[in-house]
Amino acid sequence: MTVEYLSTIDGMTPIVLCEPEREINGVYIGDLLSWVMGNATSGDAWITIMSNINILAVASLSDVSCIILAEGVTLEEDIVNTAKEKGINIISSELSTFETAVLLSHFL
Amino acid sequence: MSEILNFHFDVDGDDFTSAGKASVNVKKNLRQLGLPPEIIRRVSIAMYEGEINMVIHAGGGTADVNVTEEYVEILLSDKGPGIKDVDLAMQEGFSTATDNIRSLGFGAGMGLPNMKRYSDYMDIKSKVGEGTDIIMRVNII
Ligand SMILES: Nc1ncnc2c1ncn2[C@@H]1O[C@H](COP(=O)(O)OP(=O)(O)O)[C@@H](O)[C@H]1O
Ligand SMILES: [Mg+2]
Repeated sequence: MTVEYLSTIDGMTPIVLCEPEREINGVYIGDLLSWVMGNATSGDAWITIMSNINILAVASLSDVSCIILAEGVTLEEDIVNTAKEKGINIISSELSTFETAVLLSHFL
Repeated sequence: MSEILNFHFDVDGDDFTSAGKASVNVKKNLRQLGLPPEIIRRVSIAMYEGEINMVIHAGGGTADVNVTEEYVEILLSDKGPGIKDVDLAMQEGFSTATDNIRSLGFGAGMGLPNMKRYSDYMDIKSKVGEGTDIIMRVNII
C-alpha cells in the first residue's frame, strides 16, 4: 500500500505528502525515539503520539515511509512546514494507536 | 588510507530543536557519494544518538566525519561532565536524563547501545570533569 492510499482511508488525514508513492512495507509503533531508531525498518509506517520537532529527524534518519500521528494528535504549524522542507510524509489518524495498527495490518 | 571526504560540525548545546542537523546533513552527503542505503542509515542513526547525547548530557561538542574507501568514521568530542562508569552507561535502559528530556521521547537509555549496534567499531574515552571522546566506524567493505 502506498502512503497516499493510506491517507484516503476513513479516519486518516494527510498532513504532509511529499512522497505519496512511497510504499509502506511494515509498521513500527513507539514513542521512545531511540527505540524507534533501533528497531524500525526502512519503509515502515511509524505510529506515534509524539509531536515534537525531533520526530522529523528520527523519521528521516530511520528512513520510515511515513509518520502516523495516532489518537488525533496534531502538529504545530512550524513543524508541518519543516516536514515539508525535509520531505517527510505525515498522516494524522483519529483512531487509537491499536485501531490504527489493526487497520494497517489488513493491507500488509 | 586516503580520505575521500571529511565534514566538521559544531553541535550547539542549548538548541534542542535543531539537534540532528549534523546527522541529517551527513546523510545527504553520503547519499550523494552513492553509499548503500543501509550503510547510510547506520551511520546517520549512530551519529544522531551521539549528537543528541552531546546536547542532552554535555552542553554541546563537535562532530567530525571522515569517509575513507574502507569505512565511515565518526569522531564526537565534548567538554561535558564525562561518564563515570562507561560499562554502566552502555547498558540498555541506563539513563540519567531528566523528566523534561524524557517527555520529548529521549532518555530511554538506548542511545549508546544503538551506537554500538550500528557501528562496526566503537571506542569511548571519558574522564569525569573533562569530557568525552567517542570514535565510531561503519565499514563500507
Ligand atoms: N557525551 C556524554 N557526556 C556525558 N554523559 C553521557 C554522554 N553520553 C552519554 N552519557 C551518559 O550515559 C547515559 C546513557 O546514554 P544513552 O544510552 O545515550 O541514554 P540516554 O541518552 O537516553 O540517557 C546517559 O544518561 C548519560 O548519563
Ligand atoms: Mg542518548
